[in-house]
Amino acid sequence: MDVTASRMTDQIFPIVAVGDSAEAHERMHVRPLDRKTIGSPFVDNPRMMCRDVDVFYGDKQAINKVSIDVGQNQVLAMIGPSGCGKSTFLRCLNRMNDTVSSCRVQGEISLDGIDIYHSSVDVVPLRARVGMVFQKPNPFPKSIYDNVAYGPRIHGLTRDKNELDEIVHTSLIKAGLWEEVKDRLREPGTGLSGGQQQRLCIARAIAVGPEVILMDEPCSALDPIATAKVEELIAELRTQFSIVIVTHAMQQASRVSQRTAYFHLGDLIEVGPTEKIFTNPGHKLTEDYITGRFG
Amino acid sequence: MIYPYIIPSILALSAGVYILGLRRAEKVATYSGGLSELHSLPTHYGVFAALCCAMPALLVLVLWMIFEEKVITSMVAGNLPADLLRQSANELTLVINEVKNVAFGGFTATSGNPAIEKAAVAYMAHLTSARNMVSILVVFCSIIPAWFAIKSIGKDLRARNLVEGAVRIVLFACAGVAILTTIGIVFSVMFEALRFFQAVPLTDFLFGLQWSPQIAMRADQAGSSGAFGAVPVLTGTFLIAMIAMLVAIPIGLLAAIYLSEYASSSLRNWAKPALEILAGIPTVVFGFFAALTVAPIIRELGTALGFTVSSESALAAGLIMGIMIIPFVSSLSEDVIHAVPQSMRDGSLALGATHFETIRHVVIPAALPGIVGSILLAVSRAVGETMIVVMAAGLSANLSFNPLATVTTVTVQIVTLLVGDQEFDSPKTLAAFALGLLLFVFTLALNFFALRVVRKYREHYE
Repeated sequence: MDVTASRMTDQIFPIVAVGDSAEAHERMHVRPLDRKTIGSPFVDNPRMMCRDVDVFYGDKQAINKVSIDVGQNQVLAMIGPSGCGKSTFLRCLNRMNDTVSSCRVQGEISLDGIDIYHSSVDVVPLRARVGMVFQKPNPFPKSIYDNVAYGPRIHGLTRDKNELDEIVHTSLIKAGLWEEVKDRLREPGTGLSGGQQQRLCIARAIAVGPEVILMDEPCSALDPIATAKVEELIAELRTQFSIVIVTHAMQQASRVSQRTAYFHLGDLIEVGPTEKIFTNPGHKLTEDYITGRFG
Repeated sequence: MIYPYIIPSILALSAGVYILGLRRAEKVATYSGGLSELHSLPTHYGVFAALCCAMPALLVLVLWMIFEEKVITSMVAGNLPADLLRQSANELTLVINEVKNVAFGGFTATSGNPAIEKAAVAYMAHLTSARNMVSILVVFCSIIPAWFAIKSIGKDLRARNLVEGAVRIVLFACAGVAILTTIGIVFSVMFEALRFFQAVPLTDFLFGLQWSPQIAMRADQAGSSGAFGAVPVLTGTFLIAMIAMLVAIPIGLLAAIYLSEYASSSLRNWAKPALEILAGIPTVVFGFFAALTVAPIIRELGTALGFTVSSESALAAGLIMGIMIIPFVSSLSEDVIHAVPQSMRDGSLALGATHFETIRHVVIPAALPGIVGSILLAVSRAVGETMIVVMAAGLSANLSFNPLATVTTVTVQIVTLLVGDQEFDSPKTLAAFALGLLLFVFTLALNFFALRVVRKYREHYE
């Protein structure tokens, strides 16, 4: 298979290039001895800071001493082969891993300077500040309106119906969905198309007024047109929120993000400005991955 | 005497025909250049031949079994002495029964009658020769079609389609049996109920406020004229079912939520089967627990608090019935709650909802159709339950909503109307069928309603 061709198509499972597959296989499955992250993992004035984060599932270590910053009003893309730990790491940022009983997190993750894993931190307001959009659109079996109003209602953000209407309205506008659904707010959210459902989930996350939005492969279940719309939306949302996106599609990472982090078998190999990662990667593994030599 | 072994014989024959069909198909395949040349797999040809062997034979056999009794009886009855034949139809049936009793060596009071002895011998003779003939017919009906079937096996015979068609017919027949049985039950109840409504007007039955079915059987007997108002019986049923649901719905549902959402998997793995044991306890055991343990406690408690409590109360029966149907609610609800996709919970938790908010606003609404289904099943169970009520709630039909009083239910009345010596043309006995019909209509409406609810909400998450 042509290397450039596999780069061009946003493959979810890029195919190992013919010719050096044995070598690629070895690179993919053997951890580099040098575990130091290269590039620029830290930024000035970060929104979230992660220092020496280890994640274990039972005895198995899934994330190994990862340190990285999430900058203000920028999109951080996390790429890497399947099973490299990028989704696990993403779920640490709003403590969604708490729901997995065998999962254990060490190290420090802070939001605006406060350690989110500290015993005094309540996970409920944390998740209101760090929202999340999932791989598969998961609207609730409720009306479109109730889906968006869900967060504001449980957090008591509004005093009356008008304020709630206003939040639903602005959230749907920000999510680029208002024009499509304004006449059928009372219809079930599950009746929308896949792309609309995913934007509804984004509107639902926005409605709570988060500071950071985590996106776990938000477009992998969508067709190209819906993907383009969501990507456009991410670019707009950046002006108000900090966004961390996990993606398998390298094209997508290069289109929507300002910084890109490359994960490999639980290690953070390289972080840098997206342009630099995709044109002049500093690490051999990064280069092999983005040129499609393994996936 | 091949007749007793006729079914095993047919099966053995079919097995042989299956192998013959298989062999022949393989032979055809070898001559025409490999298995891929055949229209179907060799096993299809084998099954096709075996079906051709077994099906016609079994059909003949079943038809014979249905009509055997009638055929033999008419043959015997024609030869009975004239004085026995002159009797009424009912008495003739009795005579025939005696003949059969003597023939099969059973107990009979008039075995001394020589005419009947003779008829019995004739009966046995007819039966034996007829069965022998049928056996031969059945064997022919299996061998001849099987022979044709094996002959017809060629590479173009569409055996696969034919076998698939036969499978479809068998499946249809099984579904048909269930439906026909239901229809049969409905009609048998309905005809008796119609006879009842000839004696008692429908409006009296549905709207009458007094239930007192004891009527005089003979003209000179002292007894009430009978009152067949079903309202007290129905209110008793509803009262007890309501008390039962008041116990079962909250406890069952909350237990289901605990088991599926909070309990560790190891706890759930033993707690759920333990709850289901409750459903395995015979209702009669629940009944005497209610009558001997719970009812006295309720009476003592009530009396201490200054209420008048009868020793058999709707409350005792309802409480225990509620306990009995907890597993119906909890087990089914647990299954549907567990089936709500994790992505729903994640979506809610990621918005900062607490665990209980997630359950209340997302999980329960998503599982609602299944929960409603489980509750309606439990209601049907409560309405149809008899034993606990007989033992713990009493028999007198009071029109009362007081849970401390003695009440009775539809099913209990059916039982009391039908036990003991009864004549089947008095309204008293026929009232049982009218009550049965009423109960059937009620549970049918409930099921219909349940299906509607489930269909309405079914597609909501996916």
